[in-house]
Amino acid sequence: MREITTPLDRETILSLHAGEHVLLSGVIYTARDAAHLRMMDCIRQGQELPFQLSGQVIYYAGPSPTPPGAVVGSIGPTTSMRMDAMTPALLERGLAGMIGKGGRSEEVCRCMQENPSVYFVAVGGAAALGAQCVKHLEVIAWDDLGPESVKKLEVEKLPLIVAVDAYGADAFQEGQNAYLRQRGEMKK
Amino acid sequence: MVRELDACQIEETVRELCIRACRELPCDIEQRMKEAAGEEDWDSARSILELLLENARVAREHAVPICQDTGMAVVFCEIGQDVHISGSFEEAVLRGVRRGYTEGYLRKSVVADPLRRKNTGDNTPPVIHLRLVPGDRVRLTVAPKGAGSENMSRMTMLTPAQGMEGVRQFVMETVRLAGANPCPPMILGIGIGGNFERAPEMAKEALLDPLDTWNPDPFYAELEKEWLRQINETGIGPQGLGGRTTCLGLHIHQEATHIACLPVAVNVGCHVTRHATAVL
Repeated sequence: MREITTPLDRETILSLHAGEHVLLSGVIYTARDAAHLRMMDCIRQGQELPFQLSGQVIYYAGPSPTPPGAVVGSIGPTTSMRMDAMTPALLERGLAGMIGKGGRSEEVCRCMQENPSVYFVAVGGAAALGAQCVKHLEVIAWDDLGPESVKKLEVEKLPLIVAVDAYGADAFQEGQNAYLRQRGEMKK
Repeated sequence: MVRELDACQIEETVRELCIRACRELPCDIEQRMKEAAGEEDWDSARSILELLLENARVAREHAVPICQDTGMAVVFCEIGQDVHISGSFEEAVLRGVRRGYTEGYLRKSVVADPLRRKNTGDNTPPVIHLRLVPGDRVRLTVAPKGAGSENMSRMTMLTPAQGMEGVRQFVMETVRLAGANPCPPMILGIGIGGNFERAPEMAKEALLDPLDTWNPDPFYAELEKEWLRQINETGIGPQGLGGRTTCLGLHIHQEATHIACLPVAVNVGCHVTRHATAVL
């Protein structure tokens, strides 16, 4: 399986295609609903964001608490569409990738073409396995948000699927259509 | 004869059930997922189902949550009318949830207020459903529900004339709108009848039914089978990436309703529709 590392450069982004399976390594940042709202406040007020967006990847995730002796609790993706309205502002400022589950709005997909970037999905609910890919965790902002704080993660070979690529192709539509076509043929 | 039950026992049991529910996938779901993996004719879908089975195994063996979203705790309580509980029942349930989520390293996903949204820090309060039943036992079920699937649930008031076909269309529309979001393969609980508040309650209760059973009324059992078949023809598949396995199970709970009413609620559950039960 193809392996990629963060930060994502333009060449890597443009070489990824919807439906492709990859293993991602390097530093990524968790941010979900509440952290996105605060990032929008930062942007409105001209303040710095907790991390530089350029080339970086955001994981829409709020892990469960870390038990003694572990690096992280269980961790998997949350539903991405709740972040849709706040995503273009981040893509326009250099965000290169997002990890979540479920589909994205047309506006996000269009913005991903204008600002070449990739939307990956991790398998939702496979969070006990997800934890095994996290090698380091550090809360870097908004600790008061608990599970929703911004965390810097170092991941190794995190299994992902390219769900929407920088060309606007969508693995959900393509996957479902391919399956239905095959089934149609099988019935004949 | 009234049986005395100390509220501490309720607290201990709720604590244990919270932890167990979040770490151990119910056997019937695991079994159904194994069967679905065997029946799945699309390779990528089968590999996702196998990954989910592996995840459930790792969670059980390492005693960690199956999914990071350990949900809001929903506690169903059936209280025998011949039981007297010494101490505050509600406080005991609350303390049990607090201890379960804290001591079990489960995620604290509850905010105190829907608009001001400050995390309570201990996953309380839970949602408590109480029922008085004959006998001197107390039956407690903890069913933590994540928001990815709960957010995809829907409710409507149909007209009697819309009938069975109206209900079917609403169910199919709910599945289509949910798509990849609720972590399919999903499990559906459908409440039909009652009134505006009862239908969603029945839908949630229906999620607790074992996947290897059907509605005891053959008329509704037929609907369950037919709708399940239709949902598994949509092609949504595991995680919405295509495949046969869109829904692992579907249960209907139905109840008497008003001559002018046809309330319908569909509670969408994910592939980790957790619940654990104990009888005291």
